[in-house]
Amino acid sequence: MKLTPTPGQTVGPFFAFGLAFAGGEDLVDRTHPDAVRLHGTVYDGDGVPVPDAVVELWQPDQHGAISQEQGSLHRDGYTFTGWGRAAVDPSGQYSFTTVEPGSTGAGVAPYFLLTVFARGLMDRLFTRAYLPEPAEAGDQDRLLSSVPEERRGTLLATRDSDGGLRFDIHLQGALETVFLTYPNTPQFTGPLG
Amino acid sequence: MAEKTTNPDAAVTSQAEIDAEISAIHQDYRTQRDAGGVEETNARLNFPPYRSSLLRHPTKSLHHTDPEDIELHSPAFGHRDVSPLEADLTIQHNGEPIGERIIVTGRVLDGDGRPVAGQLVEVWQANAAGRYIHKRDQHPAPLDPNFTGAGRALTGPNGEYSFTTIKPAPYPWKNHHNAWRSAHIHFSLFGTDFTQRIVTQMYFPGDPIFDLDPIYQSITDQAARDRLVATYDHSVSQHEWNTGYRWNIVLSGSNRTWAEEDEEH
Repeated sequence: MKLTPTPGQTVGPFFAFGLAFAGGEDLVDRTHPDAVRLHGTVYDGDGVPVPDAVVELWQPDQHGAISQEQGSLHRDGYTFTGWGRAAVDPSGQYSFTTVEPGSTGAGVAPYFLLTVFARGLMDRLFTRAYLPEPAEAGDQDRLLSSVPEERRGTLLATRDSDGGLRFDIHLQGALETVFLTYPNTPQFTGPLG
Repeated sequence: MAEKTTNPDAAVTSQAEIDAEISAIHQDYRTQRDAGGVEETNARLNFPPYRSSLLRHPTKSLHHTDPEDIELHSPAFGHRDVSPLEADLTIQHNGEPIGERIIVTGRVLDGDGRPVAGQLVEVWQANAAGRYIHKRDQHPAPLDPNFTGAGRALTGPNGEYSFTTIKPAPYPWKNHHNAWRSAHIHFSLFGTDFTQRIVTQMYFPGDPIFDLDPIYQSITDQAARDRLVATYDHSVSQHEWNTGYRWNIVLSGSNRTWAEEDEEH
């Protein structure tokens, strides 16, 4: 039986009290020996930061294992659940404390899976933030190698001088992030331009 | 026609102009569909009558890819995350909230009709006066000290969920002059695959604002719009206590390979 999926709608401007929870952006404690910061800014088509977006992160642990542990909403400080949620601040910046994902299999470059929601954005967008190094890993990766070279960089995090990872998200414009769709995902329709 | 502004507080365009824009887009869609074109089932990302969408929609086609391991899984939520009491939005404070007490119930299914069991459902909404408990909502309607308007639940074995709450009122916004949102409850849902993640809004049957609301109308197809509207269900209403609404949610199809034994659960 095939059913037609329910349409999505914008998260609207007033999601904070519905979606935010204490520790949402901290997948690990910042004192964790492998803790790394993943952060960035969400921009609109004019390059202006979006102050009312929320970003979700879903990733394997540093060994490439996918957690099926409960407890994302009430973190115990020890269990890695692999999932987090961060609303952007008034300057459009989000920030997670997490570990770098390991590869989930041969030929799969490691990446963070990100979902973006915002006021004005009618449906969620998926993207992947790949680790920046080693650069040649990307050439082997099925997705990265399928993206035109001039846009591939939008899927790569950059390394901060302090070791953190930066991944900006451009909803529109010359630097527009590559957003993903999957075989069973309802396809967006209507003109995008 | 006034220039399309993305300033969320501009409120310069008239309702009549917005109506005309919506109507033109819908007419084009129907013409295309009736000529054998695709039937749209989603909101359009680029829907100019909703001014805030102008600079916030991608202009390039989404990139098709096959899901990998992490995308075929979802985070696990359970009783460590959600207390059953969180599904009752009317008991979060010392007193009873003002308004029409309702139960909203239904099932979460995937695109193949399988129930999505044990997954997280989050809701948030305005109160009975149409006011959100958010510092940026400053329109002159009262807050209710006994109503926050946020709840959570885990779906049951058959994908069922149920929230007890207060019926939200329509809510003014500044997309255009004298703009009002149809009454709605925001829903956030997870499936078995992370690619099934959805945030949407549930509406109430017969809302007089539907035709005027560019967010609701960003779904160009009437049948698709109808999928966001709950039905009044008298079997959910309870004597001297609450009225009832039923709304089932269908996520996109799972990309997993399901074993026979999974199908039975």
